[in-house]
Order: sequence, then C-alpha cells, then structure tokens
Amino acid sequence: MSFPVLSTILFAPIAGAAAITFLPTTAGSTIKKVSAASMGISFLLSLMVFFGYNWQTGGMQFVETLTWLPEMGASYSLGVDGLSAPMILLTALIGFAGVFASWRVDERPKEFFILFLLLVAGVAGTFVARDLFLFLLCYEVVVIPIYIMIILWGSSKRVTKEYAAMKLTIYLLLGSAFLLAGILMLYLNAYPAGARTFSMEALAKAASSGALSPEFQKFAFFFVMLGFGSLLSMWPFHSWSPDGYAGAPTAVSMVHAGVLKKIGGYGLIRIGLLMLPLGFKFWAPLIAAFGVANVAYAAFIALVQKDMKYVVGYSSVSHMGYVLIGIAAADVIGINGAVANMFAHGVMSALFFAMIGHIYHATHTRHIPDLGGLAHQMPRATVGFFLAGMASLGLPGLISFVPEFTIFVGSFKAFPLFAVLAIAGIILTALYVLRVLADVLFGPRRSEWDGVHDLHGADWVPLVVLGAFLIGFGFFPSLLMDVVNSGIEPLTPLLVKIKTAATLWGGL
Amino acid sequence: MNFDALMLEMAVALLALLILVADLLMEPGQSRRKLGYLAIAGLTGLLLVSLGRYGMQGAFFNGLFLQDDYALFFKQTFLIGAILVCLFSLDTVDNLPHSRAEFYVLLLFAVVGMMILASANDLITLYVGIELMTFSFFILVGYVLCETKSTEAAIKYLVLASAASAVMLYGMSLLFGIAGQLSYNALAKGLTASPALIVGGVMVLSGFAFKIAAPPFHMWAPDVYEGAPIPVTALLAMGSKAAGFAAMVRIFAEVFPGTGYPWPLLLLLLSGAAMLVGNLAAIPQTNLKRMLAYSSVAQAGYLLTGMLSGGFAGVKGVLFYLMIYVFANVGAFAVLTAVSRHRNGETIGDIAGLSRKAPVLAVVMTVSLLSMAGIPPLAGFVGKFFLFSSAIDAGYLWIAVLGFVLSMVSVYYYLNVVKSMYLGAPADDRPFEIAMPVRVTAVFAMAATLAMGVYPGPLSQLAETAAKTVFK
Repeated sequence: MSFPVLSTILFAPIAGAAAITFLPTTAGSTIKKVSAASMGISFLLSLMVFFGYNWQTGGMQFVETLTWLPEMGASYSLGVDGLSAPMILLTALIGFAGVFASWRVDERPKEFFILFLLLVAGVAGTFVARDLFLFLLCYEVVVIPIYIMIILWGSSKRVTKEYAAMKLTIYLLLGSAFLLAGILMLYLNAYPAGARTFSMEALAKAASSGALSPEFQKFAFFFVMLGFGSLLSMWPFHSWSPDGYAGAPTAVSMVHAGVLKKIGGYGLIRIGLLMLPLGFKFWAPLIAAFGVANVAYAAFIALVQKDMKYVVGYSSVSHMGYVLIGIAAADVIGINGAVANMFAHGVMSALFFAMIGHIYHATHTRHIPDLGGLAHQMPRATVGFFLAGMASLGLPGLISFVPEFTIFVGSFKAFPLFAVLAIAGIILTALYVLRVLADVLFGPRRSEWDGVHDLHGADWVPLVVLGAFLIGFGFFPSLLMDVVNSGIEPLTPLLVKIKTAATLWGGL
Repeated sequence: MNFDALMLEMAVALLALLILVADLLMEPGQSRRKLGYLAIAGLTGLLLVSLGRYGMQGAFFNGLFLQDDYALFFKQTFLIGAILVCLFSLDTVDNLPHSRAEFYVLLLFAVVGMMILASANDLITLYVGIELMTFSFFILVGYVLCETKSTEAAIKYLVLASAASAVMLYGMSLLFGIAGQLSYNALAKGLTASPALIVGGVMVLSGFAFKIAAPPFHMWAPDVYEGAPIPVTALLAMGSKAAGFAAMVRIFAEVFPGTGYPWPLLLLLLSGAAMLVGNLAAIPQTNLKRMLAYSSVAQAGYLLTGMLSGGFAGVKGVLFYLMIYVFANVGAFAVLTAVSRHRNGETIGDIAGLSRKAPVLAVVMTVSLLSMAGIPPLAGFVGKFFLFSSAIDAGYLWIAVLGFVLSMVSVYYYLNVVKSMYLGAPADDRPFEIAMPVRVTAVFAMAATLAMGVYPGPLSQLAETAAKTVFK
C-alpha cells in the first residue's frame, strides 16, 4: 500500500492537537510551533495532492479504504477528484495561514490551538470523505470548536460575541438537522435493507439506475438544500454569517468564510446533484433565485456597514450568491465556475480577514470612519488588503476574475434574467469594496496611527501564501480550471439527462 | 428448577447481604470505604462472568422469568452503571452523617430489581421487579435525613410512584381479566380487541411512562433529581429509565402486537411529547440537576422512537442508546459531584470557570453533554442515528425530523453550560480538589463515549444480537 497522503493531511492536525494537550499552558510559543508544523505538513501534502492530481485521467485518486462499520455499510474511505482537490488544498492553505494569523493569541493559547486544529481537521475530512457517514461525522464536528472559540477569543461589537456564537451554532445545527434527515432518507431508500451503504459512488449509482423516484428526490433534496443552504449562507438563512464572522477571532473567520462555508456548495454538488439529480433540477430555479437575492441583498447591506468585518461578512454572503447561481445552472461551465469561485473566494476572504485582524490588532478598531490613510503607516498590510479587495471585485489578473466570468457564461443560458441581475451585482461589489479601501487605506495621513506597527514576523505568512495563490491562479487560471474541469466534465451525461426534467417552474 | 437463570440476581442480592453483615462487624466510627470497594469488586466480577453468558437461553418457574441475550444486555448495562456510580459515590458516602454501608446495600437491591425487570416474562414478575427497584429508590432519594430537599423529594417520589404503581396494577388486572392469564406468552394469545384492552393497555403504558419519565408522567423527575443525592440521581436517571425500557420493550414486542391495541399511535404521541416537553423545559433551567432531569425526559422521547418500528432495528437502537446514555450520564454526574462538593451547589453559576480550575472535568462535562445532544464523533450521534433511521424506515419520517431538530435545540442549553464553564469567572479562589475515584470515573466515561462514537461496531453488534432474541 502506498503512503496514505490524505489520511496524513487529515490526521496531522489531530496529532498536533493531541501533542499540544500534553504541553503546559504556559508554553505559548512551543504550542504555536507545533501547530504550525502540523499544519505545514498538511499544507505541503495538499499541495502535492493538488499538483500531483492527474487531471487528464480524472476520477478518484489517492484512494484509501479501510473497513470501518460494515454492518451499516460505512467505511473509512478517502479520495480526491477534480471537485475535492481544490477544496482540500484550500483547507490546508487557510489552516496554515490561520495559524500564523493567530500568532498573537496569548490568552489561553493551548485551548485555542487545540480547537483550531480540530476544526481544520474536521473541515478537511468533509472534503476527502468518499463515504457519506464519514462526511457527516466531520461535518458536525466543526460546529462546536467554533462556538467555544468565538465565545472565548471573539470580540463583541454590534452584537455580543455570545449572541453571535450561539446564533451561528443554532443556525448551522438546525440546518444540519434537516440535512441529516435528508441523508438518512436517501440512505434508507437507495438500497433495500441488508445492502445499504454510505458509499458516495454507490449512492450516486442508485440515483442513475432509477432506484429513487422523482417524487422522493424532490422531497429529500429539499431537506438537503435547507442544510447546505444554511451552511452556504443562502438567503434567507444567511443572517448568522456576518454576525458570526464579526464576533469570531481572525483565524476562525478565515476558516469559516474561507472553507467551511464551501462545504455547503460542495455538498450541493456532491450530494444534491449527484445523488438526487431530479430533485436538484426541480429546485434549481429556487436556488438561483435565492442566489440572486444573496448577491443583491447582501451587497446593498455591505454598502452601509461601518465595521470592516461586517463589510467582508456581507460581501461573502454576496459572493456565495454567484456560487449558487453557477451551481443551479446545472451546466458544466456554470458548475466549473462555481467550484473555482469557491476556491477563489476562500483565498480572497481569508486574506481579507487576516488583514482586518492585523489592522484591528494594531489600531484596536474596526470602525471605518475612525480609520483612514493607513497606507502611510502600514504599507505592507495595505498591499494585502488591496489585493483582497481587487480580487473581490473581480479584477482581471487576480484569482476570481475567470471563475466569475465562467459562472456568467454558464448561467446565462439557463437563467438569463438572473444572470443579468447578478452581473449588475458586480457594480455594487465594486462600490462597497472601493469605499472600504478608500476610507481605510487612503486619504490624508492621520497622526493618531503614526505609532502602529505594520506586518512583521509571522504576520507575513498569511499575506505571502494567500497572495501567491491570488496572483498565481489569476495569471495561470488553467492551473485551477483544468483540475476543476476534470471533476465536472464527467457529469455531462447526467446534466444532459436532467436537462429536460421537470423544474419548479414546470418544464424548461 | 433452573437456578442458573437466576444466577446474576442471586449473586447481587448475596453481595448486598454480605455488605450488610460486614457492616455489623465493623466499628461504628470506622470508614465504610472498604465496603464500597467490596461492592465495586463484586459487581465487576459479575460483569466479567456475565460476558460469557451470551447465547444461554433459560426459563425459570414455568416461564415467569426468562434468561436470554436481551435480558443479559440490560443486566450488563445496569451492572456497568452501578459500578460507575459506586465508584464516584465513594467520597459522597464517606461524608454521609449516618448509615453509610446501607447506601451500597440499597443501591445493590435497586440493581436486583432492575435485573428482574429485564428478565420478567410475566406480569407478576414485572410488578415484583418494579417494586423492588422503586422501594430501594424511595429510601435512597431521601437518604440525607437532615436535608429538607432530599426528604421532600423522597415524599414526592413515594406518593407519585405509588400512584403510578396502583394505576399500572389496575391495568394489569384488566389484562388478566380479558386473558385469564398472566404470562406474556399466554397474554399474547388470550388478549382480544375490546375497550377493556385499550383501558388496561393505556394504564400499563402510563406506569411505564412514569418510570421512563415521559410526559405527562414526568413531573416527578425535576424535583426528585434535584433533591436526591447526586449518585442516586445518576442511577435513577439511567437505571430506572433503562429498566423501564427493558420491561416495556419486551411487553410491547411480545404481548401487544396482533391484539388490536393501538400502541404505535400511543408511543408516537408519547415520544413527540417527551422530546418537546423535555427539550423546551430544559432551556430556562439554571440548576444543572433539573436541566439534566428535563434532558432525560427528552432522551426518553428519542428512545421511544426506536420502539415505533416494532422491529429489531429499532430495539437495537434502544439498547445501544441506553448503554451509551449510561456513560454520558455518569460523566456528567461525576463532574457534578466534584463541583457540588466544592461549592455545595449545582447551579450553572457553581460550575462557572471550571475550565480554569479543573480543565479535565470541564472537558468531560462538555463531551458528556454533547453526546446527549448527539454531536459526532461522540456515541450519542450513532445512537440517535440508529433510533431515527429505524423510525424513518418504518415510515415515521416526521417524528425523526422532530427528533433531529429538537436535538439541535438541545445543543442550546447544553452549550450554555459549556459557556459557563469556559467563559464564566470562578465564583471563588479556593483550590479545586478532585477525589481520585471521581476523576477516574469521569475520564473513563469520557473515553467510553468517544470510543463508542468513533468505533460503534462491537457494541452495535452486541445490541443487535440481543435485540434479535426478542424479535425471533
């Protein structure tokens, strides 16, 4: 058996967390080094997986399988395809950057890094799982560390951090209650008792072989949609997201906005589209409509926010709208764009939150009217902030231009009106991003910020690694798009088959 | 006569009598800790013996008493529960003002009662088991004589449990009136659809509902849980509930199907009410014992969904869930014992700042509560998975959806405790002392909860074997 790459990516953070439990509470810098080392291993291996993934052959690669719970049909089985390879890279990348963005956590560092590493491991598990039971396990694991991290290391602004943490937790868990019910229905109906399995491939096969009636698929997909929709902050289930991000410590905001949310989009494709294709098609117009609501509604709210974190929080809700529209288009190009956009948005929002975290740490405020002219005192942080902002408004040459463009191309055929509305949303994005950049970074020098320190030491790491992907994948989009496409292209027969299936609005 | 079938019950009863005699031989002022160790050692020995008894089928006294894998699984659950409770109550018992040895004796007799319930195959045996268990609990609940709350709880429990027993007995008499027989096998043949069957069946069900604390018969639980000494509360929460389910599942599996008694509908209502009442009423509680009481009402609701399917898959879920509930419960109550010894109270304010004073206990409490809420990778998730999937499989989708949603609601009040432990400031600066047995119990319970969540295979197979003996 070859070296278990994916298991190592998954268990390196867990091993790190286990090692930290044996360190004394006072050994802050050792704890941080152990965290950095374990995330570093994950990051390097995930780079290897991403660039070693053979997109020409496609399919599941780096496969690992162990028997786990045979009587339930669940196995410990890992693998990546074109859909999950970018996601696992994103997870490890943001986890790695997140450790360095938390380098200044000096209050109870032991608990902080244990929880953070467990959180990253949980997220990574959902993306490499080829077994639905394993997926569910990892999916729910992540919520509790986030709660504890927000209440302990978060900050109270517009709402208290306790409120924000509880709101986030309850929204996500209620969503997951419906998701669990939906997945259980799928598990129980796909195969007769005795032959039941949680294998994702087998469940996808059950759908294509016609074992699941269209009525059942519509019904079950609705549950799944509620679960993944609320995780992806789909309007109208989005309101936890800005509050949660604003209350959370920097690293949690980075991981949450950067990757955790993406489990929603990933799940809609991997479970919704592949296992319940007719249900997916039926509800697709609704998803697209909600997506447009995300884009427009959240962008308008972002325009008037005074807290930097709320701007980015609403902007991430808005960006998820594009992802939803792209997925709902049920078209190879649209889904390609959606997946690539999830990656792009992850890198960009993580960089945003890292830079905001730094500015907040230095100036002790996130209130936009109090800030200004920081480019004079913090040129390095300005570079990061500016890069993230430009990527957010889709500047060509940065990572998110190609994905967004692809989404519009893909969705125009399926939903011309929605696509036009969504494109109009870009104008709003430009407005609020430029407003924040102008108000925070530019303008006359303000003497009260003269003493603040710029990025130094560990602060460089998030900027350098995230910035490298932002620019690298911007100039060479095919690095990302080829891998993604190798995962989505094989869906063509399925997408063609459901092209004429009934939708919420009747036939096409 | 086949005495081998009664071996475990007789051994536990003998152990109790042995402790009673040994107590007389000891100096009055001497610590009774040794007797506690004796009880633990004896029960552990019996647990090991019982492991080798799978697959043994036996009946005693014309089928009044049944020995099978199903009963054995429950007996092991009780034994494990009792061992752990004895372990973390050693120090509580040491500090009792009077009658220390009798505490273990009564605890063991309660366990004998539970074991008889698991094996009962006849209404009379059933009643004897219930009363033996309940009588022991009457005394245990009011064990601390000088404490008003404890005494009040005992009186409440005495009055309400007696009323419940009377109702159940009346129901049994009606069933006897229809069938003319008392053994389950004869009842299953002799019962015919009639209004008297409905009335009798409902009365028997209400007796069980009292034992498992399902609404509207749950009113005693919060008060009794709050007043009783913590180890007793722990045993009451898991033992009384598990024993209630042990007897209930058997009677609902073997007697009522095919008689025209609309039991699935009744169980459905009972289950929905328990989940709703338990979870919603737990939210405003500030006393952790009361909160755990309402949460145990909710657990009864989850467990009842497993009985709906009327097949072995659901019963397997019930068995699995009861076993893991023992560990979650022991973890939570062991931590509570330590907190209560330190602060002399068990409110959410008393537990504040626990993560700074005793980080291990705070983690154990968090894990135990989250397991009750059904968060993976803890055992509670797998348990709920078994229960709810059996209900969905049998066509009861909405009760499962309700269960999932309310489990997530329950996270709210469990997390409030977690918040208090991690965020709250400690109420005093005194160093926090944890007695070794409490620490051992707590950590063991947490390890079991984690292990059975990540690798539930062996326990679920055991539960499946046991469940299949009831559904032949």
